[in-house]
Amino acid sequence: MTATTQDHAHHEAEPTGLKRWLVTTNHKDIGSMYLLFSLAMFLVGGAMALVIRAELFQPGLQVVDPYFFNQMTTMHALVMIFGAVMPAFTGLANWMIPLMVGAPDMALPRMNNWSFWLLPFGFAILLSTLFMPGGGPAGGWTMYPPLMLQTGTAFPFVIFAIHVLGISSIMGSINVIATILNMRAPGMTLMKMPLFVWTWLITAYLMIAVMPVLAGAITMLLTDQYFGTTFFSAAGGGDPVLYQHIFWFFGHPEVYILILPAFGIISTIIPAFTRKPLFGYSSMVYATASIAFLSFIVWAHHMFTVGMPLAGQLFFMYATMLIAVPTGVKVFNWVATMWRGAMTFETPMLFALAFVFLFTIGGFSGLMLAIAPADFQYHDTYFVVAHFHYVLVTGAVFAILAAAYYWLPKWTGHMYSERLGQWHFWLSVIFVNVLFFPQHFLGLAGMPRRIPDYSVQFADWNMISSIGGFGFGFAQLIFVWLLYKCIRGGQKAEARAWEGAEGLEWEVPSPAPHHTFDTPPVVR
Amino acid sequence: MRMTTANGLIGSMALALFSTTASADLGLINMTRGVTESSRQIYDLHMTIFSITVAIGLLVFGAMFYSIFRHRKARGVKPAKFHHSTAVEIVWTVIPLGILVAMAVPATQTLIDLDDTSESEMTVKVTGYQWFWGYEYMDEDVQFLSRLDVDSDRARRLGSGVEPASVDNYLQNVDKRLVLPVDTKIRFQITAADVIHSWWMPDLGWKKDAIPGFVNETWTRIDEPGVYRGRCAELCGRDHGFMPIVVEAVEKDEFQAWLAEQRGETGATADAAETNEDEQVGDALASR
Ligand SMILES: [Cu+2]
Repeated sequence: MTATTQDHAHHEAEPTGLKRWLVTTNHKDIGSMYLLFSLAMFLVGGAMALVIRAELFQPGLQVVDPYFFNQMTTMHALVMIFGAVMPAFTGLANWMIPLMVGAPDMALPRMNNWSFWLLPFGFAILLSTLFMPGGGPAGGWTMYPPLMLQTGTAFPFVIFAIHVLGISSIMGSINVIATILNMRAPGMTLMKMPLFVWTWLITAYLMIAVMPVLAGAITMLLTDQYFGTTFFSAAGGGDPVLYQHIFWFFGHPEVYILILPAFGIISTIIPAFTRKPLFGYSSMVYATASIAFLSFIVWAHHMFTVGMPLAGQLFFMYATMLIAVPTGVKVFNWVATMWRGAMTFETPMLFALAFVFLFTIGGFSGLMLAIAPADFQYHDTYFVVAHFHYVLVTGAVFAILAAAYYWLPKWTGHMYSERLGQWHFWLSVIFVNVLFFPQHFLGLAGMPRRIPDYSVQFADWNMISSIGGFGFGFAQLIFVWLLYKCIRGGQKAEARAWEGAEGLEWEVPSPAPHHTFDTPPVVR
Repeated sequence: MRMTTANGLIGSMALALFSTTASADLGLINMTRGVTESSRQIYDLHMTIFSITVAIGLLVFGAMFYSIFRHRKARGVKPAKFHHSTAVEIVWTVIPLGILVAMAVPATQTLIDLDDTSESEMTVKVTGYQWFWGYEYMDEDVQFLSRLDVDSDRARRLGSGVEPASVDNYLQNVDKRLVLPVDTKIRFQITAADVIHSWWMPDLGWKKDAIPGFVNETWTRIDEPGVYRGRCAELCGRDHGFMPIVVEAVEKDEFQAWLAEQRGETGATADAAETNEDEQVGDALASR
């Protein structure tokens, strides 16, 4: 692959200071804002998690009222999903997709600006509900009626905030699709695209398909509350379970929205530090597409206990088990990529390896959860909490951290401190397992999720889990410090910051100039 | 889980570490086998799928760590160039598919068994309220509410100063137990009065959602007399964590005697008791 790069001087005088960030249409500026916003939300959501873990440190209520505890579990999830993980992926897409496909910018730069700036407003509304009479939402991030309808003043604000975040995601997705389909450099056919671009293309389609479904579900909640409809009330001929079907029709593809771009990141980083091409590129693409397709027909595995007909339970069990096949293919491909490579273990690679190991553990517990009769025991316990934190924290979040370390030299022009990076990795990977592994035991032994207090036989593992939680939380401050130092200065990064790194983004200087690929490179 | 030697060892080591806690339970790491045929089937399914994942895990992680130790640049290896192999890729698509089909067969059988509520000998109606349970023995004229016991309720208040470990069965005791006969196929009809709850009794092997306006059916047949403890499993508001379930399984004749006693007790004042209960429910709903 060869490429030519032209770095023009600025075409015109551009605004500086605050205004530069407010009105920017530059994909790199917007990408940076997405990433920093996501980091801020990660810390906010993490603080909420620490409130939860502090209350669960020992039996009895010591720290918060149960109702506030429920607000914390609800908000922690909403903030982490919509504020931390999704914007981080969108930030990475903004920064990297134009660089990876050889485009000068995103296809729709003004919309790009708006889709970012909706986020701070959406979250200002969402977080402000914590201070409203009756407190914030406390019915879980799934917002099941009738419980959700008991929310106080916060109710319409929560729904409005989620609409705003949904609009932002949809616009971001449209932008990604338009960029990938129209702005690839000459010679870059679809099957030559980097896997990060592929996984994002598929993710973007998933988002466009399901975010409106979520919007529909919560709008029906709104009309049930204020306009006399009874979609979800048996008293008026509706059905509370109907909401769950609609929600999970969004919710299951959503979990793949949170993990497919991570697959793309890992498929980029492992070859770079193995110095060997990715094993099974095309099967990776097909596996991603199959997972995306299957994600639409498995939603009711979140609802095995609602009392579905037998045939429904069987269908959703079989379909869910099938997902293990393409997911397995991905893991096997990553291991085959490592096989007979020449590996080195810089921080991005360490996070990527931890991803493969720990995400797979989350995949295994997912396979166990797919077995419907066993799910009658697992459902709504800490086993489920352990499962989705393995795929979301050691999965999605670890992939995002790996990506940040991998591309920081390109973004800032400086190498980060490898020593701090190693500290961050090892503390994170140890504490995250102390935090989440015992939760498997708690769930199997009978501890339900979303409870502020528990009977004493669960005390020990909860205490260990809380210690892990605080350790993991504070370890993230190392990353904040490392990031600050890396932006401010450090060893100068070369254009190709990593020996084994492949792709157009490494053809431009580090830091990537404000404008790149004004003239498209030619990909052979 | 029956404590294996290894578990016991880790457990007792941890016991020494955490000697401050009255009942250290680091050995408590697995699903219960329960006391019904279905719960044992479910436990076996759980252990089978768990073993399969462990076996696959050993293979995959074994290859991965072998590679990490052998195929590192520091050892001066030159990277290979291969990047796909259709044969290998077909193999590792088809073999997992086979394993899944093998796993689906017993899972399907268990699911079919659990779904069959026919030929049940008695029916208990379970109603979830914010935040307690109501039980009704159908056609027996016996019904009552079951709440968190007073001692736990006092201890669980924020800053109560009561040490949870000092309370007998903290958060898993109720004021009135659900008494059930052993060796009897019991059908449950589960519903709710306000929001969704979920009636979960690990020793019976399942939980079932209690949904307002709808009735879910399931069944059990308890093998051994004893006291079994469970809890609400679906987030249902402020006191979701404080609505335990206690089942007391007794011999059939003992159960008949208990039923008669309940009817005798409430016989004269049945109407009064009912009104009183309705009022309680009404109050609870109004005060939320
Ligand atoms: Cu409940």
